[in-house]
Amino acid sequence: MNAALRSSLRLAGILLAFVLPFTALLAAAHRLTLPAIEASLAAERLAFLNEVLPQEYYDNDLLADILVLPPTPEFGQSAESQVYRARKDGKPTALALEVIAPDGYAGRIRMIMGITYDGTITGVRIIEHHETPGLGDYVDLKKDKDRKRPWIRQFDGMNYPTVPDAQWKVRKDNGRFYYRAGATISPRAVIVAVHRAVRYTVLHRDELFGEESAK
Amino acid sequence: MNRETLKTLAWNGVWKQNTGLAQLLGLCPLLAISSNMVNAVMLATATLIVMALANVAVSLLRRWIPHEIRIPVFILIIAGLVTVVDLLFNAWFHGLYMVLGIFIPLITTNCIVLARVEAFAGKNPPLESTLDGIFMGVGLLWVLALLGALREFIAHGTFLGGIDLVIPGAEAFQILSEDYHGFLLASLPPGAFILLGCLIAAKNWLDERTSRIAASSPAPAHQHISQASGQI
Repeated sequence: MNAALRSSLRLAGILLAFVLPFTALLAAAHRLTLPAIEASLAAERLAFLNEVLPQEYYDNDLLADILVLPPTPEFGQSAESQVYRARKDGKPTALALEVIAPDGYAGRIRMIMGITYDGTITGVRIIEHHETPGLGDYVDLKKDKDRKRPWIRQFDGMNYPTVPDAQWKVRKDNGRFYYRAGATISPRAVIVAVHRAVRYTVLHRDELFGEESAK
Repeated sequence: MNRETLKTLAWNGVWKQNTGLAQLLGLCPLLAISSNMVNAVMLATATLIVMALANVAVSLLRRWIPHEIRIPVFILIIAGLVTVVDLLFNAWFHGLYMVLGIFIPLITTNCIVLARVEAFAGKNPPLESTLDGIFMGVGLLWVLALLGALREFIAHGTFLGGIDLVIPGAEAFQILSEDYHGFLLASLPPGAFILLGCLIAAKNWLDERTSRIAASSPAPAHQHISQASGQI
């Protein structure tokens, strides 16, 4: 065996000797933090759901009563999506689901919304968007400068069966939603997506509540 | 280790060789995350922990690290420690973890960490190396904190925005009136560059002023500090 090969093997061996203890360190850290990470993930999801679906609507384990939907264009979903089902005393009360508006100013706007059994919207929140900072991003509650009357809260308490389809538009298009000058594309996209989702949900509520939970 | 060394290490880390103002290493997190003070301080704290741990680990192991493969071994050590810090943040500061996101794993590629390991910890005993890591981290921390506070104030008129991610229930201070429309530039990367430039200018001005005063008086009290060596 020549010297170069021997030296290479020696270095490889040393490198391996360093790799093993550090792999063990990572494995230990992973096992140690896993329960805490899972707990914070569940708490985060629940807190997020509670934003659109207040706790008084349900007494079941929201994170366990999940329906997995096939791709549903009415929710803007081109892949499988999940519906969280709220029940109180065993009776269906509301749903929380993810909706995508495909036509934001800068691509998709992902949101989560809560809808009661009788078609009242309990809340809408934007999860992810790429709208222009300072212009169209007021659809996102966190970015909305108007703290007293945030744009997204217009949906709160709207009851689909009592609001005619033609009113689900910004005022510029003769609808009932106000908007801010200079940015109508983002609110339009959100309103259209919410409208489509709430209409579908009301029409199909018994299927959405009825089917067996995935978990 | 004597007091002189300690002083030199502290002075180099916190001021003279400051990572943010003099070495200008690791600007990616500096500029991306310093849009408010809480994010900036927490990312700098994570970097500080990694630097101190990486320095002490490399210093302890330096006898067994062959010169030819020292960089892969350093990166292995740094990446391992960063991953541990990443997991700890995810577990116990989850809200903040979501904000800092990719920038925690990216500490691995922050060249300041590798630079201190290569230039200092690889050649010095563990105690000095730990202190070097800590002081370099403190230097980064105060610059990031100042930059974050300035950017947040100019952009939103608030102080300690996002504090609820660290201390649940705590609230940010609204310093300017609620009607302040904000100055978007400060919260975007160009604003970070501009403000960092101002901070560097301020440091250079102070340094120049100090050396002018030192030159005019025959026996300055802290001359030994400014002549300290041992940095890259």
